[in-house]
Order: sequence, then structure tokens, then C-alpha cells
Amino acid sequence: MNINATLLGQTIMFILFVWFNMKFVWPPIMKALSDRKKQIADGLAAGERGKHELELASKSAAENLREAKQKAAEIIAQAEKRSSQVVEEAKGVAKEEGNRIVASAKAEVEQEVFRAREMLRQHVADLAVAGAAKILDREVDAKAHADLLKTIKAEL
Amino acid sequence: MASESITSTEYIKHHLQNLTFGKLPDGSLGLAQDPEQAKAMGFWAINLDTLGFAFLLGILFLFFFSRVAKRATDNVPGGAQNFIEWIIEFIDNSVRGSFSGRNAMVAPLALTIFIWIFLMNLMDLVPVDYLPVLAHSLGLPFLKVVPTTDPNATFGMSIAVFVLVVFYSIKVKGVGGFAGELALQPFSSNNLIIKTLFIPINLFLEGVNLIAKPVSLSLRLFGNMYAGEMIFILLAIMGGSWAAASVGGSSVLFGSQVLLSLGWAIFHILIITLQAFIFMTLTIVYLDMAHQEHH
Repeated sequence: MNINATLLGQTIMFILFVWFNMKFVWPPIMKALSDRKKQIADGLAAGERGKHELELASKSAAENLREAKQKAAEIIAQAEKRSSQVVEEAKGVAKEEGNRIVASAKAEVEQEVFRAREMLRQHVADLAVAGAAKILDREVDAKAHADLLKTIKAEL
Repeated sequence: MASESITSTEYIKHHLQNLTFGKLPDGSLGLAQDPEQAKAMGFWAINLDTLGFAFLLGILFLFFFSRVAKRATDNVPGGAQNFIEWIIEFIDNSVRGSFSGRNAMVAPLALTIFIWIFLMNLMDLVPVDYLPVLAHSLGLPFLKVVPTTDPNATFGMSIAVFVLVVFYSIKVKGVGGFAGELALQPFSSNNLIIKTLFIPINLFLEGVNLIAKPVSLSLRLFGNMYAGEMIFILLAIMGGSWAAASVGGSSVLFGSQVLLSLGWAIFHILIITLQAFIFMTLTIVYLDMAHQEHH
């Protein structure tokens, strides 16, 4: 336990060790620590940002959904309106068509009736002429009595 | 190793003698074979065991730390890096807590002090006779395993700290400021004559205060480790002498030494860590005081 040059050796060794630590040990580890701290902070911030974005996205999604629903409802209402309109239009057209068909049918019927009547009149005239010829026992000259026959025909 | 051939006193003395290398009485260089020779070598001798173990432990510490530091990643750390980071953060927190100035050297200094002293103290937990007996079989007369039980080692470190304290005191406050701090405190007066009269008293008080820092720093560590080592030695003697004295129950008595040593070793784990921590903290505090301007 004598004080001797060991003292100096220990001091020099100590200074060298401190220097070594200061140069090669402390800075890289502190750098790794601070880098990791930064990374964690960044990660947390990114997470927070993601959460915020998710919130915004879900909000806008809900908004979109609401709008889509509204639009769909509008479209449905419009379609309903349109369909009833179409039905009404079809009804109108059909009625008109029906009326027209009925009218044309009536006209045709009338025409048929008129034609039949004409034919009948012709027949009756012919019959009357034949009858008259029989009665007179001679042939009525159709040409000579054309005016007469016409008058009779018209009277029938 | 209290065999019949050596007495307890010799055993203790043997354990407390460093392996000293220096100039022998006959003028040649060599190892001191007994304490008297070691004493006669004077200042220009070195304790090979102290320096050797201190160097080995320091190299071990630096090798391990620098290896981890070189591979340090800011991603997920491995086991070793985690452990080192835990220590570094602990020391960084201690430094931030006590040191208010800005100095890139203080934290690595604190790290070196804490780990190195801890490792040197840890040698105390190696059973007292293992390494000396091994050394004896290699032909070395003495071997003191724990460097911090050698006042040379503790003073060596505390003197370095003291030099740093003085250096930074002068660097931060200037020569005048440092001298003023020594001469004009703690007694001060507005009267110039009284102030002048106070200067020698202040110089004496502050001088003692200044010198007490390295002395207390090193003696505290040395004293604790020396006492701890001494208790291990005494326990070993006790176990040995009891075992030698009794014929039948020697194994029981030997067992008592084992138990007591174990108990003391467990308690000593606390002491060695605490002493390393105290040395580090006081160094930080002294350097902080050196950096602080007095109002």
C-alpha cells in the first residue's frame, strides 16, 4: 500500500479510457437513441395523422352515402312520376285510338248500310220495272223511259 | 489459505500486498518479494496487479461498449444494445440532473467512471484466494485482485477529476474569477480592509475545501473497498482456523464461512454499485460547481 507510480499509470489509463468513450462509445449510442426517439415521434405523428384522415374519410363517406341515398330517392320519385305520366299518356293515346277505331267502324257501317240501301233500291227499282213490264205486258224500253225510271228510283 | 505454515497476520499481510515491480535493493529491476522490498522501491515502482486488472477490465468494458456502439441501430435494438442503452440512459439522466453546464466530456467521463469502477469493485466478489493462489502457482509472490483497494488507483482517478475541476474552473471563470472564488468566500465584507483581512482565512477554508474533494472522493472508494476486502479475508481466516481447530465438525464450520461470505458478497453487490455511483455523481457535481459562476 505504497503510493507509487501506479498512480500516474492509473491516471493516464483513466484519461485514455474517457477519451475513448468520448470518441467512440458515447456519440454513436446517443445518436442511435435520439434517432430512435425521432422515429418513434414520427411514427406516433403518422399514426395520429392516419387516425385523423380516417375520421375525415369516414365523415366524407357518410356524406357521400347520404347524398347517394337522396339522389336515389329523387331518381325513384322521378321515375314514378314519369311512369305514371307514361301510363296517362298511353291511356290517352289508347282512348283516342279507340275512338278513332270506333268512328271508322261507324263510318264503314254507315257506308255499308248506304251501299246496301242503294243495292236494295236498285233491286226494288229493277223489281218495280219488271213488275211494271209484266203489268204492261210489254217490254219497257229502258232507254225510252230512262228518265222515268230514274225518277222512280229516286223516289224509292 | 490459513494453513498451519502461515499465521493469520501473515495471511492478511500477504493479501494486502500488491505485486510491485521496481528497483530491488541490489540495484536490479524486479518484483518485490516482501512488503519491505516494495516499500524500499519508493515512488518509481508500479503495482502490476492494480494496473493489470484495471487495464484488463477497462479494455473489456471499452471493447464491449464500442462493439455495441459501432453496430448501434436506431431500429429495434438487440439484447446487448438494449442493455448498453439502458446504462447510457441512466448515466445521461444522472448527468442531466446534476450538471447544468454544456460540456460534451462530462457524460462519457461519468460513464467511464461508473462502469470502470463498478467492474474493478466487482473483482471483490471473486473469492479472495482463487486468483492469488493461481498467481502463486505461476511464481508471483503477491496478487491483489481488486484495483480499487489500492489507493494508487483511486487517487489516480480522483486526481484526474481534480485536474479537470481546476481546469474548467479556470476556463469558465478565468484565473481571476477562480482566485476570487478561493479568496473572497465565504467571508466577505464591504469594507476593503476587513475584506483584505479575510483573504487568508478564506484561502485556507476554500483551499481545504478544494483539496478535500479529490481526497474524499478517492478515500471513500478506497476505504469501502478495502474494508469489504478485509471482511472477506477475515471470514476466510475464520473459516480456515475453525476448520483447523475442530476435528469432527470441520465441514460444518467450513460451511459457516461459505454462508457468511455469501451473505457479505450479496450485501457487497450493493456497496460496489453504490460506491461506483457515488464516485460518478460526485464527479459530476464537482464539475458542475466548476462550471457555475458564483454570484
